Amino acid sequence: MKAKIYITLKDGIHDPQGRAIQQSLQTLGFTTAQDIRVGKFLEVELQDTEKESAESNIKSMCQKLLANTVIEDFRYEIVET
Amino acid sequence: MNIGIIVFPGSNCDRDCAHVVSEVMGHSAHLIWHQEPAIQDMDAVILPGGFSYGDYLRTGSIARFSPIMEAVFEFVNRGGLVLGICNGFQILLEAGLLPGAMLRNKALSFICEDTYIRIENAETPFTNSCEAGQVIKLPIAHAEGNYYTDPVTLSALQANAQVVFRYCDQDGNATTISNPNGSLDDIAGIRNAKGNVLGLMPHPERCAEAILSNQDGHSIFKSMVSSLMGKSPLSV
Repeated sequence: MKAKIYITLKDGIHDPQGRAIQQSLQTLGFTTAQDIRVGKFLEVELQDTEKESAESNIKSMCQKLLANTVIEDFRYEIVET
Repeated sequence: MNIGIIVFPGSNCDRDCAHVVSEVMGHSAHLIWHQEPAIQDMDAVILPGGFSYGDYLRTGSIARFSPIMEAVFEFVNRGGLVLGICNGFQILLEAGLLPGAMLRNKALSFICEDTYIRIENAETPFTNSCEAGQVIKLPIAHAEGNYYTDPVTLSALQANAQVVFRYCDQDGNATTISNPNGSLDDIAGIRNAKGNVLGLMPHPERCAEAILSNQDGHSIFKSMVSSLMGKSPLSV
């Protein structure tokens, strides 16, 4: 099983990287690009055999280490491989 | 006095801290490797600056789970003094020993320059040799020093005098220009509610003796040492 994890800054938290990228895109003429948020994407191979335990493990990993819930939100997908 | 300095893989201000403790202050500095399970007979512990674990994932996020951190938690629980400088501050935040988190600097760049900070609370074990409102000059060197916390926690920090240092200009005025990294409420350093843990982004260990042409950082170490007088070292 594989987990795909997306970690992003919470809404309302200033994202200086996103802002810099947006300005650059505007300069390049992509004037429709608005409100860019930069995050992290992680893929985790799991040895769990049950999807339920995989989900529970991934959630726990995100809360404990992968995301800082003071500033970040996380979501994930579990893909059977 | 015995001061423990935790060395994580990637710490790079550990020896600067040890130098100040031993050569400038005349006390004993003990470098403690992060895989040690215990802290023995220490009066205080410093988490130094650097780039623990290459700043991978988030600054301080991996160091926070180093084996020594269990002992640091216990040291804090038993009232021991813990000072986190720069990456040490980031580790304390990730560990939850101080509230909040660090974001990338507002202007994205790594900033290495002198900053002025105002002592907001001079009644802490880390600032007792300073005066409230006093302005000192300390260098910063970081890319993630843009302090953030939620509004409720910020109010609590303000109400409990936990904001110990704020960025300001030479005259002590906090302005948009004097804030180098976008830090919320101009925060440069905070303490925990109990008062025995302090984290700050500027580096007092880099300016604590005359040969460096700035001794303003000396007051932080002097305060710690004087607050420890008459107290017994802790083993955890």
